[in-house]
Amino acid sequence: MKKDTGIVLSQTRLADGIYSMWIDTEIASEARPGQFAAIFPSAGNTLLQRPISICEVSGDKSAIRIVYRVVGKGTNEFSSYTEGTKVELLGPCGNGFDTEALAEGKSALLIGGGIGVPPMLELGKTLKKQGKNFKFVLGYRNSELFLYDDFVRCAGKENVIIATDDGSVGTHGTVVSAINEQNVAGDIIFSCGPMPMLRALKVFSEEKNMTAYISLEERMACGVGACLGCVCKTVNKDHHSHVNNARVCVEGPVFDAKEVEI
Amino acid sequence: MNTAVKIAGVEFKNPVTTASGTFGSGIEYSNFVDLNRLGAVTTKGVALTPWPGNPTPRVTETYGGMLNAIGLQNPGIDVFCERDLPFLEKYDTRVIVNVCGKTEEEYVGVVERLAQEKNVDMLEINVSCPNVKEGAIAFGQNATALYNITEKIKKAAKQPVIMKLSPNVTDITEMARAAEAAGADAISLINTITGMKIDIARRKFAIANKTGGLSGPAIKPVAVRMVYQCAQAVKIPIIGMGGIATAEDALEFILAGASMVAVGMMNFHDPMSTVKVVEGIESYMKQYDVEDINELIGAVE
Repeated sequence: MKKDTGIVLSQTRLADGIYSMWIDTEIASEARPGQFAAIFPSAGNTLLQRPISICEVSGDKSAIRIVYRVVGKGTNEFSSYTEGTKVELLGPCGNGFDTEALAEGKSALLIGGGIGVPPMLELGKTLKKQGKNFKFVLGYRNSELFLYDDFVRCAGKENVIIATDDGSVGTHGTVVSAINEQNVAGDIIFSCGPMPMLRALKVFSEEKNMTAYISLEERMACGVGACLGCVCKTVNKDHHSHVNNARVCVEGPVFDAKEVEI
Repeated sequence: MNTAVKIAGVEFKNPVTTASGTFGSGIEYSNFVDLNRLGAVTTKGVALTPWPGNPTPRVTETYGGMLNAIGLQNPGIDVFCERDLPFLEKYDTRVIVNVCGKTEEEYVGVVERLAQEKNVDMLEINVSCPNVKEGAIAFGQNATALYNITEKIKKAAKQPVIMKLSPNVTDITEMARAAEAAGADAISLINTITGMKIDIARRKFAIANKTGGLSGPAIKPVAVRMVYQCAQAVKIPIIGMGGIATAEDALEFILAGASMVAVGMMNFHDPMSTVKVVEGIESYMKQYDVEDINELIGAVE
């Protein structure tokens, strides 16, 4: 993990309130799927980093892509950046998805919901390079299927299953409804998305006796494991404080669903 | 040029330390900062037994600062002594251990356990955390209670004792005098200022504890004022903190009467903040021909 001054290479608006930014940064060289970048707004009144998942790493490992939703002052500032803007960031942060957990010959469901969709892309690209089998199951609010073309390019149209809240595309409902309705099969789950989705996947995976890795989100201050702001309840004693409260920024954000109480 | 300061007989190579709770035990930040460059590392509050802390969300950003209600999650003194102290021993920096508790017995228990540790230079007693229900702040908002616990801790302590004061009182100098009268070797201030933030879209408190401690540059003028007032009220040394982001901020505290300063929330904004403050103080001394940092302590006119 390092602190770096990155340079924005490009910024595009993908959907209502959703932006995609490529940043030239040293942290790209170490980034693994499921890790995040801690990005600092430049305004003097917004002092904390914004933890944003890494959507993609460039082929030469010199840049990262983030796809984020504008939700407040910090992300609003990010959306104004253009080519050449300097950006302070820290990363890569967190543990990321363990692609080794997917055994040869088995297949994975890569499940993303809402603004949890983007990190599934780098994970898919990595699994594809490893020659492993997987399908994407993606939940969106409506027909604004941001990143859809990237997912199709990675896995083929038949391996990108869609659910929408308003029923405009794919299954009307949640990612779990899509899995059931479209008979999507897999041996292991990697997922990122809103808490209700992760809770549903925890129940779903326990019923099906599948291992599910879920990427959690929590309000964060330091991003490096010092402040103990972003903890989640764990079944076992955590490494740091031994009180069943693991740090999402360091021990996570990816946890085995069986090991966390959400 | 001399940047060293002395507090209760302990010499620090420079007057910069970390504010408890913002730097862990230095392990996480050692990737970014050469800990040898710091006057001291002040560790996160440690209790007799592990504490789980408060429910989440525990932190939220505010204008020029943040609110936190971590609730002193910590692994307890045994893990701290086995894991964190040996880590810090590798560095040429002083170690100030912040101690928390819910009862007098718990504070004294931690202090007695630390009495056996050679690598602990000073103790900082947290009687000012606004985020735990029992103990802690109850001792820090009443001069008699503060006097009594300071006296008990002083009896048990082998290392010099710093009492960390809360700004959430009517007159902080009354607390400073009580600590001094009970034998404290130094005081540190300020801990966070109790605050609240409401998420108007969800109509919910931004942090689960409802109230939290405000820190960051937003509170600096309050902290400088309180350090100045305490410096007028007591003779024991003061460690000043509250929103220090730069060397200029640190120098304000020193001129107001602080012998040492601590960088807190700004570690989260820039992990290299502490060392930048050390370097900035050195540049200031060169620029203004200051031979000895001690000339600056309380030198405001």
